[in-house]
Amino acid sequence: MHAIIDYISSYLTSEKTPGAAGNMFWVLVYIMLVFAGLSVAVIAMNWLERKILAHMQVRLGPMRVGPHGLLQPIADAIKLLLKEDIMPAEADGFVFWMAPLLVVLSAFTVFVVVPFGPTHAITDMNIGILFMLGVSSLSVLGIVMAGWASNSHYPLMGALRSSAQMVSYEIAMGLAVVSVILVTSLHGAGLYGVGGAGAGDGTLSMIGIVRAQQEQGVWFIFKFFPLGLIAFFIFAVSMVAETNRAPFDLAEAESELTAGFHTEYSGFRWSLFFLAEYSAMIAVSSIAVTLWLGGWLRPFPNLLNGDTWDQAFSFIPGITFLFFAAICFYNAVRMPKHPLFRVQTIGLFGFGVVLGLIGLILFIPAVSIRVQDIFWFAAKVSGFMYVYIWFRGTFPRYRFDQLMQLGWKVLLPMGLGVLILTAIFGLWPSIQQLIQRLI
Amino acid sequence: MTPVATPFFFYLFAAIMLIGGILVITRRNPVHSALALIVALLAQASIYLMLYAPFVAGVQVILYAGGIMVLFLFVIMLVSIERSMKERQFNSQWVAGSIAAVALGGLFIAVYAKGEKIFPHHAMRITPDELLNTQGVATMLYGQYMFAFEIASLLLLVAIIGAVVMAKKRI
Repeated sequence: MHAIIDYISSYLTSEKTPGAAGNMFWVLVYIMLVFAGLSVAVIAMNWLERKILAHMQVRLGPMRVGPHGLLQPIADAIKLLLKEDIMPAEADGFVFWMAPLLVVLSAFTVFVVVPFGPTHAITDMNIGILFMLGVSSLSVLGIVMAGWASNSHYPLMGALRSSAQMVSYEIAMGLAVVSVILVTSLHGAGLYGVGGAGAGDGTLSMIGIVRAQQEQGVWFIFKFFPLGLIAFFIFAVSMVAETNRAPFDLAEAESELTAGFHTEYSGFRWSLFFLAEYSAMIAVSSIAVTLWLGGWLRPFPNLLNGDTWDQAFSFIPGITFLFFAAICFYNAVRMPKHPLFRVQTIGLFGFGVVLGLIGLILFIPAVSIRVQDIFWFAAKVSGFMYVYIWFRGTFPRYRFDQLMQLGWKVLLPMGLGVLILTAIFGLWPSIQQLIQRLI
Repeated sequence: MTPVATPFFFYLFAAIMLIGGILVITRRNPVHSALALIVALLAQASIYLMLYAPFVAGVQVILYAGGIMVLFLFVIMLVSIERSMKERQFNSQWVAGSIAAVALGGLFIAVYAKGEKIFPHHAMRITPDELLNTQGVATMLYGQYMFAFEIASLLLLVAIIGAVVMAKKRI
């Protein structure tokens, strides 16, 4: 018994990720936490997407199930689970069954290396970013399998479109990522001379990339301005295309293909595709956050340093939750005073109390020190999620030839140019010496 | 930390790979064959991981499973399954095939038995340290073997241009 407790508590003193410490108990705990957190995030995202889209289109969105439709995703989940599971008679049974499984597996496995904080990752790999890109590229296989196994025209067309699209945009995405990996090896002394001195070994590990940003004293989106910004732009466009979201959602264009590759899926299998799509969105957003926006680092870690600023920024998580609680209380007061709305008013008030309690807990220094990394990471990722919804609300869908043109003729040359220019900027002192020697 | 590269995992992945390889040639449906090939390739990536070569494993997953096999499936999906089901599955070149297989097997056994003498010592292992594997591969490719690397990339470039020329009727 003592041995088990020692084994469990030995991790708490080590400043490593559970995978690096090799502690199986905490690895399992972290896997469950990440899985649960992700599921909650998908549910929240479902509600937020409907609400925000509705408000963008001057509608109310879901209002009936729970206060302001807060329980709508849960009602939907129950509906999907209770629905009849239909498999087309001419479908290829095994492949049809396997496809949603593969998509969900690849969407969730990616989170093994996502660094929510310096120690808050399931594990850290030497090939972290390569692992993320590789495993997320396996989801294309699932989509292709789904489209083919349905044995029907619309799914096949959708699968063809989405595989062509994802394979093309993977190249532009990879080039943008490579330029960041190059930057991790350039410890400054470049054209703008930020950070330390000289070029050393780079890294592919997700935690290593964030640590490199910390050491160099700059988020990579601002490194070698405007090169980092352009690389980030390339990634931001291709990540929307990779996840098959509007305005690049040609694979499931309702007006042309009904629902694309998942036309023949229903009930629980369809909900697996839904789950995978949203968790893939969170996954690519967390790649973008880790590579360009400083991962778990708080804003201005170098400019506004010192204990006072650390203290000030550690209050922000709690204040944010208190703000959400205040919104809930305000809306609970504004609820119609009719007896039919009493349950909803009490529910909204209760939700506000829960959020407020979370906010108060976050003010405890011991908690906030451990949790603020996760808060900053989640805040940045949720910014990306909002941008996804914003895209969907504002952009019209691209035509397929326009999509291919953008990928191959605009983003790919831009990515190559950024990569070459980053190398030149980073090794500028050496190049300068070379030119001087030649002249 | 205890190493995960135990014999159990080697036999597991080797078995998955062999079963996948056999399924590739015995399945009548070409899509099933391609999926079995993907399973074999993924098992191969795991064996690279066991050899402490995570970079090669990652590249294997991205390029083969995520890139090349998607293009394979892309083409196969458009082929009429009914017609390909009726075709004869094995052609009559099994004599040549088995001779080639025996020759390859002999080569493997020779390498296993006398590998230490045939290959120069430094080529045997890049770096035993798993944590510096990618950096090790990079320094070797862009340092010691720079020329060979550039020649190989030139060859690939020629292949790409050739493919474009062959595919496009009018340039």
